[in-house]
Amino acid sequence: MEPESLPPTANASELHEILEPGHTFGSVTDKIASIVLRRRTKRGWIAGFLIGLSLLMLLNVAVCYLFAVGVGIWGIRIPVAWGFAIVNFVWWIGIGHAGTLISAILLLLRQKWRTSINRFAEAMTLFAVSCAGLFPILHLGRPWLAYWLFPYFPNYMGTWPQFRSPLVWDVFAVSTYATVSLLFWFVGLIPDLATLRDRAKSRVKKVIYGMFAMGWRGSAVHWSRYETASLLLAGLATPLVVSVHTVVSFDFAVAMVPGWHTTIFPPYFVAGAIYSGFAMVMTLAIPIRKYYELEDFITLRHLDNMAKVMLATGLIVAYGYMTETFMAFYSGNQFDRYAIINRMTGPYAILYWSLIACNIAIPQSLWSRRVRRNIPALFVLSLIINVGMWLERFVIVVISLSRDFIPSAWGMYYPTRWDWATYVGTIGLFLTLLFLFIRYLPVISISEMRSLVEEVDAEGGK
Amino acid sequence: MSDLRNADEMMEPGKNNGASHAQPHDERPEMAPPGLGPRLDLGAIRSTLAESNGTRFWQGLEELARTPQSEQFLHHEFPHDPEKDPVGLDRRDVLKLMGASAALAGLSACTKLPTERIVPYVRPPEEVIPGKPLFYATSMPLGGAAAGLLVESNMGRPTKVEGNPQHPGSLGATDIFSQASVLGLYDPDRAQVVMHEGRISDWAAFVASMSNALNDFKGAQGAGLSLLTETVLSPTLGSQIRALLAQYPNAKWHQYEPCNRDSAREGGRLAFGHYVNTVYRFDQADVIFSLDADFLSNGPGHVRYAREFTERRRVTGPKSDMNRLYVAESALSTTGAMADHRLPVRAGDVEAVARAISAAVERSGAAGGDSLPEKVSPAWIEAAARDLSAHRGASLVIAGEHQPAIVHSLVHALNLALGNVGKTVLYTDPLEAEPVNETESLAQLVSDIRAGSVRLLLILSGNPVYSAPAELDFANQLLRVPQRVHLGLYNDETAELCHWHIPEAHFLESWSDTRAYDGTVGIVQPLIAPLYDGKSAHEILGVLLGQSGQSAHDVVRAYWRAQHPAKETDKDFEKFWEVTLHNGWMQGSAFVAKPPMVHGGASGSDSAAAAAVVAPPGKSSGLELVFRPDPTTFDGRFANNGWLQELPKPINHLTWDNPAHVSPATAQKLGLSNGDMLKLTSEGRSMQVAAWVAPGHADGAVTVFLGYGRRRAGRVGNGAGFNAYVLRGAGSAWISNDLRLERTGARYDLAATQIHHLIDREGHQVEEESVEAFNRDLVRIANLDEFRKNPNFAKDSSEKSENISMYPGFPSPGYAWGMSIDLNNCIGCNACVVACQAENNIAVVGKHEVIAGREMHWIRVDTYFRGDMDNPETYSEPMPCMQCENAPCEVVCPVGATVHSPEGLNVMVYNRCVGTRYCSNNCPYKVRRFNFKLYSDWTTASMFGLRNPNVTVRSRGVMEKCTYCVQRINAAKIESEKADRPVRDGEIVTACQAVCPGQAIVFGNVNDPNSRVSKLKAQSRNYALLAELNTRPRTTYLARLTNPNPEMPKA
Amino acid sequence: MSQIFHRSTNTISRLSIYGGVFIIAGLSFALYAIGRSPYYTDVNVAKMQPVPFSHRHHAGELGLDCRYCHTSVENSSFAGLPPTQTCMTCHSQIWVTSPMLEPVRASYRDDKSIAWTRVNALPDFVYFNHSIHISKGIGCTTCHGPIADMPLTYRANTLQMGWCLECHRQPEKYVRPRDKVFDPWYQPPSDQLALGRLLVKEYKIQSLTNCDTCHR
Repeated sequence: MEPESLPPTANASELHEILEPGHTFGSVTDKIASIVLRRRTKRGWIAGFLIGLSLLMLLNVAVCYLFAVGVGIWGIRIPVAWGFAIVNFVWWIGIGHAGTLISAILLLLRQKWRTSINRFAEAMTLFAVSCAGLFPILHLGRPWLAYWLFPYFPNYMGTWPQFRSPLVWDVFAVSTYATVSLLFWFVGLIPDLATLRDRAKSRVKKVIYGMFAMGWRGSAVHWSRYETASLLLAGLATPLVVSVHTVVSFDFAVAMVPGWHTTIFPPYFVAGAIYSGFAMVMTLAIPIRKYYELEDFITLRHLDNMAKVMLATGLIVAYGYMTETFMAFYSGNQFDRYAIINRMTGPYAILYWSLIACNIAIPQSLWSRRVRRNIPALFVLSLIINVGMWLERFVIVVISLSRDFIPSAWGMYYPTRWDWATYVGTIGLFLTLLFLFIRYLPVISISEMRSLVEEVDAEGGK
Repeated sequence: MSDLRNADEMMEPGKNNGASHAQPHDERPEMAPPGLGPRLDLGAIRSTLAESNGTRFWQGLEELARTPQSEQFLHHEFPHDPEKDPVGLDRRDVLKLMGASAALAGLSACTKLPTERIVPYVRPPEEVIPGKPLFYATSMPLGGAAAGLLVESNMGRPTKVEGNPQHPGSLGATDIFSQASVLGLYDPDRAQVVMHEGRISDWAAFVASMSNALNDFKGAQGAGLSLLTETVLSPTLGSQIRALLAQYPNAKWHQYEPCNRDSAREGGRLAFGHYVNTVYRFDQADVIFSLDADFLSNGPGHVRYAREFTERRRVTGPKSDMNRLYVAESALSTTGAMADHRLPVRAGDVEAVARAISAAVERSGAAGGDSLPEKVSPAWIEAAARDLSAHRGASLVIAGEHQPAIVHSLVHALNLALGNVGKTVLYTDPLEAEPVNETESLAQLVSDIRAGSVRLLLILSGNPVYSAPAELDFANQLLRVPQRVHLGLYNDETAELCHWHIPEAHFLESWSDTRAYDGTVGIVQPLIAPLYDGKSAHEILGVLLGQSGQSAHDVVRAYWRAQHPAKETDKDFEKFWEVTLHNGWMQGSAFVAKPPMVHGGASGSDSAAAAAVVAPPGKSSGLELVFRPDPTTFDGRFANNGWLQELPKPINHLTWDNPAHVSPATAQKLGLSNGDMLKLTSEGRSMQVAAWVAPGHADGAVTVFLGYGRRRAGRVGNGAGFNAYVLRGAGSAWISNDLRLERTGARYDLAATQIHHLIDREGHQVEEESVEAFNRDLVRIANLDEFRKNPNFAKDSSEKSENISMYPGFPSPGYAWGMSIDLNNCIGCNACVVACQAENNIAVVGKHEVIAGREMHWIRVDTYFRGDMDNPETYSEPMPCMQCENAPCEVVCPVGATVHSPEGLNVMVYNRCVGTRYCSNNCPYKVRRFNFKLYSDWTTASMFGLRNPNVTVRSRGVMEKCTYCVQRINAAKIESEKADRPVRDGEIVTACQAVCPGQAIVFGNVNDPNSRVSKLKAQSRNYALLAELNTRPRTTYLARLTNPNPEMPKA
Repeated sequence: MSQIFHRSTNTISRLSIYGGVFIIAGLSFALYAIGRSPYYTDVNVAKMQPVPFSHRHHAGELGLDCRYCHTSVENSSFAGLPPTQTCMTCHSQIWVTSPMLEPVRASYRDDKSIAWTRVNALPDFVYFNHSIHISKGIGCTTCHGPIADMPLTYRANTLQMGWCLECHRQPEKYVRPRDKVFDPWYQPPSDQLALGRLLVKEYKIQSLTNCDTCHR
């Protein structure tokens, strides 16, 4: 898409909905920068951070024990050789997508309302991806050989990765994704870092922020380069929103396991990714805006928009489920048919139905504007959807494997305490990073908010 | 990446002395450890021993060697199961962790190989070429007859057991026990030193004390001197004992084995007035009727019988014929699974069936329905009887070892009446050196002890304290004997109560002789010098006879020299001896069949009458209790054998346990389900045992299996399962009608490698998995007539001939390896599973890991039931890797660790595998196995000797699978290349193929149209599993056929 | 307000950005060098042995045939190391008093094997078979180097997989006539390729590069 497409002109009312009036450059900057530069750290932050940190330590223990004893500490077995590790991997990767979507696509589409949420949405992407990135390595039988999945040098064996394997595609997809997200996020940060540098009191902070600000002076040249850079990166990131989860879905679609081997996977994985991503943004945004009094910047309008996106993607996902079921019967393939029947009536049926409830039934309430503007309701919904999307991955990975072609080889998967420890542990990692981000970087893009203020005033002046 | 080390790679030939059949060898071989694990320093051990001057108890050389591993092992039942040890970080793990983190730091490319030593011989032994295996013939005595074996020796270490193709009892096949025997040899828990009153002593001391002791007996002509042996098959040992009895006329000799053949013996005497040995000719039988006889996997000659039986079921085309098998049995056995008509009856009712049959045969038809148990339709009996009578001389009735004598005598009479004797049933002299009623013999011993007339008791192998009938209260009686000596492989329950314990030499370590099912003499020759200075019964007898100098070899050789016509020169005998040792069996030593000496020389029918005189049993009411030897641990002697413990038991796939079996109907009535704990009470004795709902089991009966619940078996067998001997009476050795059963309410975890969900389908109990399996055409079945009408019934419409694939197919210009498995000849005995385990260094994972679904067997034998669970049709399907041409596993491996060889092998490169397990997920047959933890034993030094040097020992985190024994393929190819000729058909034999008693598995080159495998695959019954997936498996199946009797009334 | 950084910072940061590229490249080359160095590969590192056995003397100067000691090289995977007996065939007559040979005599006397240090070692998951290579016309010196010129034996080649593959991919480069296999002085002729192609045909040499040739 060409970035020069005419921006949809934002009329006053809309602008007022995404930024409460009466804000000046100063007020905006103060408000946001204060979170970072304030002297005393808020108690709530410390509490939250400690929770995250302790969970992170749990991850630490789990990983050490894992390396010491092997993946046998998990519940995986033959036939269910993939368990929580892959479920969590797909879940985290999915969550990441919202950030990229908001910051890249909505940027190209000139959606004003994105400005106040894109910063921490991007951060969330980054942290989610780093959580996801752990699992492909952890789940290896011999993790210390993970580098064999790359074409590396020096290599005395003349050996290469096997490029027909989706896992190799994963390696490239995920690493690219991580790199681009990081760059995008960082480039976006530069002007704000400069602001912080200039407002910081202590020498140390000055130096640190200064180094990352990379000598930003806010000159016209800087701004124009900044604009181009972010546009280019947005252009780069946009296809990733679609491609990454498509590749991830290939891990399953390419395999021949009944319940995996379907062409519908790529689209509905992507939709699902955005679905869960927005749910996660919502889960984070609501408490943050409340706690740091950012209601002026993250307004009901934002939540309402995100809710609409969730509703839309949720419907796509629902369509995916339907197609899957329909095809299983229409194709007349008895293995697929059994796989679906097993999902609905087999030993794991309860999980399947709660997945339907979480991902399809309950979110339909978003049709109502009252729900979309009811903050507690939205918060609960977003949590439910997060759970639902995790269940979806569990249903796909575990239930399909537990009963495939040869009945004599069927077997049940039960997660062990180490499965849970690793999963909760990564949530800990995510929270820890998030809290550090909130404390030391502006959660909302100051520079972009300023430009909003400008527009609001311009509108007001008329 | 050098973390995969083949525990066998060390080059220490000098220390391993190969057995050379020319002379015995007495240098003690040291176990040569590889470049890893603790070195078992015998020097250090000896010094430790010296210090401890025998005042300490100790368990194994490792303990003395004081390696941390041994410490760990001494305290864990399942060394590699961290769940038992949540901290789980022992030294090795920490090292691995460090290694791992170092590697993660990207340094793994820089790890150097450790320096290795090469230790050549000082003087090379003859015949040994370093790096090449040698084969020696020997025999393994078990269950009242011997199996003829060829044992592979690598640098003097016996590593693999094969059947001896020339041996009449083997014909090249073996059973699971022979296969696993080699593991028993290296068992680190074997008794390792002479113990005297709990202290370490030595052989010399024992000899001395014996000779003193014997002086006291000289006067009384040996009164008070008693000998307790197992069933003695060895002619030499027999003659030694007789010599002893000649020296001490008042000495007593008792024989006892818990799973003895008393009833068969007594049955013979009942019918003919003297003990006989019955030899069956299944190759001559068109119709076979088995009365609770599991002749395919139990009793003398079962390997041979399995071959003869399956040969008569081998079908090459619509014209070929099949034998017909009727089975009336209580618990579903492998034989019952092969039956064309199976009748579940309680063991106690089998006699009634036998009578009905003979009655029906007598007056051809019209069964005597009077004594028939309910639920047995007279029509069924009549049809079977008519079939038998229609095949006079070509039919065969066989009674189970566990059936009372009367049934056996009835069967003898029946075979006479049917004119089978001399045709399908032959009678010879008994195999035993001295046939006795062993239960009575033991009872006699105990009453002697009670009378205080036993002053010195020598127990030569066997474990009566554990296995004697409970009512004899053997343990306590034994303690009343002033002097007790025990010779045994293990320091077991019996050894514990004896003054002297002498470690016994394993049969792979010692000289002896034995007899096969038809009396053929086999020489037992050692493959390796005794690892722990074990002694054989011959040497003990030598001591008693005052010839303690003599080695077992001298004794055996001297005996046969004496048997040899004196006129022959030593040179002739030398040649004869050489040949015998080389072949492993003695030419023309088989007993000649003789017409049975019937009572008063009367005809068969009279003896039948004689048998019939004994009144038929009163119908037993209430529950019936049946004892059986365990399918894998037998009478308990294999309890410490990890391979056998983890070997899925036929049909139910249970491992590590021996739950009590009840029929689905009975289970429903009593409200039992798998894993419920039961309290069984019989004749005032009681035990607790888990329950198992066994399809096809007779209603109103409970079958318990002997051989578990060992206290002093070793680290593997201790505490596994439940000890059923505590219920066993002397009178009711196999069947008891007095049983009370109650649920304790407790539950018990059972480890089965194949799950069986019994579900209700319109009032019938069926098995969910099996139903689905038949929907998917995994097992294809027809009866003979259907097959003749439509020879192509097994062909699959969706089976595509042309190769549809995105990727170019794999052309196999040279060899194209393939396998054909004939379901018609597979008896589901699981021998292939153990053979594979032995050949490919497959690890044992332990009960917990089996429950977690991580058993490692590369080939499994699936079981599917069809029809009502009260008496289902049962089908076995061996499942190795299919070696797909379009292998789904290969495309998904990110590092190319599993690839396709030009010869069509789906190769697994362990050292390249990083363990994503994607290949296993994508394998439709689920034949891949993964090392979820460190399963291979890298620490028990004695185990290193067991390893096959040509197969990598897999490490943690690596996928593994069947590769058609690629090591054998490569070896054969190299030889053929050197000789500049193609590999001959049949030159390469996979481990599973070699061991198969039914010859169901055939491997070969499918590019060669004349190879056996090609011919089989050309048959109309040939079908591929899940062909519709277009995996194009190289392993294909021949559909199963049944041969039902058209006159049989529909059930 | 005052500048936080000195103006030189600009240059430094620019440099470090460019430099990074070269640093990474340099590191991987260093790694490569280590992997090829004698430290790692043991190439050209003579190992200390209980007896300083000289192949130069025995194989080179005395001209003993390789197979005199390495008896099983033609029919087993393992070339075989001479039992002490073999040494004593000669050394019971000559050098009977040499202190250097005392370990050998001792070994023979009290029947204790000599523990030689392995020079040419492969990882344990590699299954190499001497006999087939011999019978296909691969000479001893092709892998073991100028053995007849080694006072103390050392590893002549890395024995790394890449090195094996060189020959397995194009055997014609290395194959020699069967009668020359044990010739320690053999030099490939100038027309090696031509000869090689001939021999490859004649000896039916397949270039086996699939994994199961060496790994199981």
